[in-house]
Amino acid sequence: MSGFWSMGGYARYVWPCFAFAALVVAWNVWSARRSLQAARQRAARALAMASRDTQ
Amino acid sequence: MWTWFYKLASPPYVYGVAARFAPWLFGAAALTIGYGLIAGLGIAPPDYQQGEAFRMIYVHVPAAILSVTVYSIMAVASAVALIWRIKVGHAVAAASVPIGASFTLMTLVTGSLWGKPMWGTYWAWDPRLTSELILLFLYVGVMSLRSAFEDPARGDRAAALLAVVGVVNVPIVHFSVVWWNSLHQGSTIVTLEGPKMPGSMLWPLLSMWLGFMLFYGAVLCIRVQGEVLNRERQSAWVREAVKS
Repeated sequence: MSGFWSMGGYARYVWPCFAFAALVVAWNVWSARRSLQAARQRAARALAMASRDTQ
Repeated sequence: MWTWFYKLASPPYVYGVAARFAPWLFGAAALTIGYGLIAGLGIAPPDYQQGEAFRMIYVHVPAAILSVTVYSIMAVASAVALIWRIKVGHAVAAASVPIGASFTLMTLVTGSLWGKPMWGTYWAWDPRLTSELILLFLYVGVMSLRSAFEDPARGDRAAALLAVVGVVNVPIVHFSVVWWNSLHQGSTIVTLEGPKMPGSMLWPLLSMWLGFMLFYGAVLCIRVQGEVLNRERQSAWVREAVKS
């Protein structure tokens, strides 16, 4: 098992490489969800303002 | 076929389809990436020259393919939006930019982590590396240009124009290892003689590539919903979409 983690002496390059990839994947999911949520809130605000103006 | 193509120009249709497809694409991406990681890190044998360091290709190569694929999709969507004035085209292009930029950055970082033990340097002004860096600058340029205008429609048009012009860099990235003397190795998977890898190394790589593509599709589905909402705030269908 320790052979797996040491990656034949290349652990200091292999694991940061996979860690950075995981970080980019996680950021994409988080950022996409946040931008959709923000767009929904903006649309809801615009609708609320429009309905207030018509009253 | 054409009816479906026309439907793709309809913002509420695209919003609904994207919402339905996203979870399935995320699930398929998780399965293919999961298999690719297990087989690539644990089952594939070490390379006879690069040893265990070769395993970095399982994220580097799919990220590199995705970086140029996303740019090409963005350029096509931008051209469609400019020529036929289809708003969904701008939404797809805007949704693709951050995904493409992040995977281009992933390509550069994972590539330099591979370069240090193999070439003895994290960075070289090599044709492949430099053209990939220009790709990142193009993504950043398209993103900045879109937000530089007060009128979002003008920002969309300016960004689309840069995206279309910048597509000239895509073949340069791809053929840079053929046209110029490059430190970077040539194509290993797509060659006239077939893949230069044994199946035990190749299948995990193909699975990771498919997984990254599916992941792009899933994130695009989430982002495009937001981009469509931003452009359609005044439309009646948005009232129902926001409520649900």
